[in-house]
Amino acid sequence: MRDISMHMMDIIQNSITASATKIEILITANSKKDLLEIRISDNGCGMNKDFVNKVTDPFVTTRTIRKVGLGIPMFRESAIAAGGYFRINSEISEGTDILAGFKISNIDRIPLGDVAETLSEVIISRPDISYKLDLKSDKDVFEFDTEKIREVLQGVSISEIDVIGWIKENIEEGLKSTLGGVLNEIA
Amino acid sequence: MKSLDELEKIRNKTLDNMSLRSKDKTMRIIVGMATCGIAAGAKPVMNSLLEELRRRNITNVSVTMTGCIGVCRLEPIVEVIDPSGLKVTYVKMTAEKAARVVAEHIVNGRICLDLTIGEAEKE
Repeated sequence: MRDISMHMMDIIQNSITASATKIEILITANSKKDLLEIRISDNGCGMNKDFVNKVTDPFVTTRTIRKVGLGIPMFRESAIAAGGYFRINSEISEGTDILAGFKISNIDRIPLGDVAETLSEVIISRPDISYKLDLKSDKDVFEFDTEKIREVLQGVSISEIDVIGWIKENIEEGLKSTLGGVLNEIA
Repeated sequence: MKSLDELEKIRNKTLDNMSLRSKDKTMRIIVGMATCGIAAGAKPVMNSLLEELRRRNITNVSVTMTGCIGVCRLEPIVEVIDPSGLKVTYVKMTAEKAARVVAEHIVNGRICLDLTIGEAEKE
């Protein structure tokens, strides 16, 4: 994967497949610790202990058409290649929680990528799910919650193309104010 | 900063226009968004579709994602399904090709034959 937002898209697809109705994403950048953390948690069907332990193996998947599942192993590889770490916790019928850490200054850290694009695309595709995005850095915090947007929208679907456009721009501004300058790919 | 007031304006505008437009979605666009599709660049392709629809003010086309379609080597894959159920499968898509599909296929009803799976598999 070329950037972190692509991994995020991939993990969110896993949550959707796990019939999640709530997906929460937290991006924290700490320049003192030189650490970028991405956390994605859902309330989907979860996995049993045995499966969680082997899910980072590329030859493990729930799919029946093929024997490989590369989403989680590749996310883990990207984090570890950037001097980071990867943790996954899951509880049957509770949900799954994935945490990936990246060393910000590591030369092998892939860029964050277009997170606003990821969010707007999953929202238009599955507007029935509720999404939360929290951005935190030493500079600023930003909160995005589809439920707050729905309160304003009453009677209008969140998947309306103009609403999606607003959402994308809103998140872009949030990314700039929190992560601009903290990650050197964001001005 | 994008304000909630602005969002409310969008809401009111959408409600006003709602009565003017037909309720049925005429076409469906499906983007393959599994690991294979994402790695091949499906995300900017879908973004380009959405931007193009928004720019042209097309509201009766739905855009959704699906998992792996099964021909990973031809990703990113975009399927366009018309109201009669006829499906056209576009392969090896890029953001530029996606904008072309909106202009030619969605707006003007002319299938971009050179981008279809049939054409790609001839080689």
